[in-house]
Amino acid sequence: MPDILLDFEKPIVKLEKKISEMKALAEEENLELAGTIRNLEKKLDKLVKDTYSGLSRWERVQLARHPARPFSLDYINHLFTDFTELHGDRLFGDDPALVGGPAFFNGRPVMVIGQQKGRNTKEKLFRNFGMMNPEGYRKAIRLMKMAAKFRRPIIVFVDTPGAYPGLGAEERGQGEAIARNIYEMARLPVPLVVVIIGEGASGGALGIGLGDRILMLENSWYSVITPEGCAAILWRDAAKANLAADALKLIPADLIKLGVIDEIISEPGGGAHRNFAGTADAVRTGLLTHLAELDTLDGESLISARLEKYAAMGYYHDR
Amino acid sequence: MVWFKRNTPGLAKQAKKNTPDGLWIKCESCKEIIYKKQLIENSYVCSHCEFHFRINSRKYIELLLDEGSFEERCEGMEAVDFLHFRDQKRYSERLKSARQKTGLKDAMRFGIGAVGGHPVVFSVMDFSFIGGSMGSVVGEKVARAVDLAREHRLPLIIVSASGGARMMESIISLMQMAKTSSRLARFSAEGGLYISILTNPTTAGVVASYAMLGDVHIAEPGALIGFAGPRVIKQTIGQDLPDGFQRAAFQLEHGFVDMIVNRKEMKSKLMTLLRFFTATGGTADA
Ligand SMILES: [Zn+2]
Repeated sequence: MPDILLDFEKPIVKLEKKISEMKALAEEENLELAGTIRNLEKKLDKLVKDTYSGLSRWERVQLARHPARPFSLDYINHLFTDFTELHGDRLFGDDPALVGGPAFFNGRPVMVIGQQKGRNTKEKLFRNFGMMNPEGYRKAIRLMKMAAKFRRPIIVFVDTPGAYPGLGAEERGQGEAIARNIYEMARLPVPLVVVIIGEGASGGALGIGLGDRILMLENSWYSVITPEGCAAILWRDAAKANLAADALKLIPADLIKLGVIDEIISEPGGGAHRNFAGTADAVRTGLLTHLAELDTLDGESLISARLEKYAAMGYYHDR
Repeated sequence: MVWFKRNTPGLAKQAKKNTPDGLWIKCESCKEIIYKKQLIENSYVCSHCEFHFRINSRKYIELLLDEGSFEERCEGMEAVDFLHFRDQKRYSERLKSARQKTGLKDAMRFGIGAVGGHPVVFSVMDFSFIGGSMGSVVGEKVARAVDLAREHRLPLIIVSASGGARMMESIISLMQMAKTSSRLARFSAEGGLYISILTNPTTAGVVASYAMLGDVHIAEPGALIGFAGPRVIKQTIGQDLPDGFQRAAFQLEHGFVDMIVNRKEMKSKLMTLLRFFTATGGTADA
């Protein structure tokens, strides 16, 4: 159980604590409390369901950033076997905010790539909080092209608060790196399935995320800008992030209506950080389903379907 | 990420100063007083310090295309407030006032034209329309310009001026990066020529998509070109940014633009490039 709690999680954890105390008491004192415990467990079930189904967009953004939320490597280690991490962009350096390499998924050779955040302070700094530099984007596309060369499907986990806004990133062409990646991804003749597991911030996410299929975990977000960034600009007050989150319509339920994503993966039992195994299972099922569908298409068909997919995105009157 | 809005107060002032209403105008860079007529004759470039005044799409069409050659396409394409986006103002109101102010439908125009007799597909952004921000209309027009060039086997020129994606279209504005870049990828794979001209400013989502995907990148002198906004970078690194950071010369030094060309010489430079890329007499299989 994570010891870092969001406000709306507190009543749940309190009740969970009470139940476990009750159980301990029943055992120690040999008391007949089964009925009481059953009632409390029922109450807990309902509380979890009510809490997590009624979350505001802003609360989901907070869940997406939950310190205990599973990261890319958690999914990679859990769902893949023989993952061999490959490093470097062959141009400048290696970016620890992006991990990737060949692995087996359900016995099948694939290329898996993901944005990686850190758990503790040292790790967070090492992973640059999941904010990639140009060399990360260039490493990602190197691995994707390698996958294309050997005809392996590509699975991408997106989890970033944005591409890194730093001096060196600009010197080394952050914009060019993202643009080039999108351009190159458009021509990859292999299936490309993207799973947004936490934060999907803007070009930082799209720079590795031009998928044939976009799956999103229930408590994740994907937007052109962070809610805080949007609030700072349009409301001139970053504290209005909750309003911005609503205006941006950045949660999976919004994005599926807009046709931007293909499937919402539900997180059982109050979120991926509370039930990782259940969530990872749902991710596995999602990946298997979509890969199976994409397997029926050859390289050229994949490329033209991808082009069509993004060509259809836009709302305008053509008078 | 979009950062045109932060600059708005300053830019509004600048735009006023840039609009040569009277006979004389003060250069905002060197502060010299310039005779308006002379400034116009000089392609809105300060004759004292070469500062490039911001100009609108109509002026770029006049400057770079042969007179009367521009046939605009999809002129009437209009944005829709499909999210009913509302911050302190409604997006629909922003659109309305931008249309009134500029007489344009959105921040991008395109069509077929000629540069020194070379037929091209020409697209030009207009910063005066909500900071040149890229929403569905800009993305769709870029895509159609690319397709038009592909259909007629013509070179494509895009003049960019943008603060980035249009937040009021949220995720759909981000998806325009995907739409435009994937179309350019097909165009390029089939041998299409694309010249990207980056003017002040070309930033964020536009730099992270079509503006950085040309065969040749030409920057106007002094143009701000970058992905993240200077203020955001400054906040992140906690120190002042070096002089000239993200300007055209910085991008030339770091290898992201091929050349910096003064606006007055832009057309003749385009003609030279078009001659090179469209001439016969390459390799045997050309
Ligand atoms: Zn001057």
